[in-house]
Amino acid sequence: MNRLALFIPLALFAALSVVLLLGLDKDPQKLPSALVGQPFPEFFLPGLEADQEIVTREDFRGQVLLVNVWATWCFACRIEHQKLNSLAEQGVVIVGLNYKDQRAEAKRWLYERGNPYQFNIFDAEGSLGIDLGVYGAPETYLVDGEGIIRHRRVGVVDDRIWDTEFKALYQELIGVSQ
Amino acid sequence: MKALGFAVLSLLLATMAVASTAVVEFSDESLRIRYQQLVQELRCPKCQNQNLSDSNSPISEDLRAQVHRLLEQGMTDREIKDYLKSRYSEFILYRPEVNQNTWLLWVAPVLFLLFGLWVLYRLYFNRASSDMPLEPNHQLSAVDQQRLDQLLRNKDKQ
Repeated sequence: MNRLALFIPLALFAALSVVLLLGLDKDPQKLPSALVGQPFPEFFLPGLEADQEIVTREDFRGQVLLVNVWATWCFACRIEHQKLNSLAEQGVVIVGLNYKDQRAEAKRWLYERGNPYQFNIFDAEGSLGIDLGVYGAPETYLVDGEGIIRHRRVGVVDDRIWDTEFKALYQELIGVSQ
Repeated sequence: MKALGFAVLSLLLATMAVASTAVVEFSDESLRIRYQQLVQELRCPKCQNQNLSDSNSPISEDLRAQVHRLLEQGMTDREIKDYLKSRYSEFILYRPEVNQNTWLLWVAPVLFLLFGLWVLYRLYFNRASSDMPLEPNHQLSAVDQQRLDQLLRNKDKQ
């Protein structure tokens, strides 16, 4: 019995090593999603086109769609934009959340790079950003026909991310809503 | 050496002074104290290991402004933390709540203390028992006594 007890420190060390080794694979930047499974927060904000045009959650109610948080100051958004354009061409509904940006620059961006968005929410103060828990653009939310957030991606959505994280769920939701 | 130490210390103090001089106006001084407390305890979601008070990132500025706004609206500390937790998840709380994932974290210090006390007790108890003289009424068996006498006699002869 005493001899076995001598191995306890070694066993503890081995257990700790395994725990730490598993931890190495985790992305420390990734926050657990507080809003997945929750309704998309209510908002009442101007559209990107003009201040007078007010957009709300009701403007996309009943549709399966992506809400994409972007800004012209966001470098990774440039990389992502092509993918959004091609998704829009395939018929995916995308609503833009233009986050803490300048209206004129944002409009020019869409003019120059193409506009994959059905419409854009102009969130200059980042208030909807706070309600969504946005901490870095780009972010993409998959919202179902009931207005519930079903998936969230912080960072660029590219071919690989779309295929592995979004595609199956998106198609399933589209199937349900039709 | 002393001068170097002083130089380092004054540099440290200088950065601390900068960190706490953000200009925020409050309608009531008690709010300022709660604000300072909250921005120390809330974690910047974008940065790896900084609180809202230390971070210069835009999201921290926004969240500090939001905390300020919510305090002025009369929300309690608890409500403000819940507000941010429901948006940014528990990540934002530097002082984690006790729940299924964190109970071990919270009870670990107590467990370590108990373990240490147990080790101390074992060490003390074991030594005490080995240092203890034979019980006074302990009697050698006749055979042992005979053997002991013989050994002692042999020793004298040598």
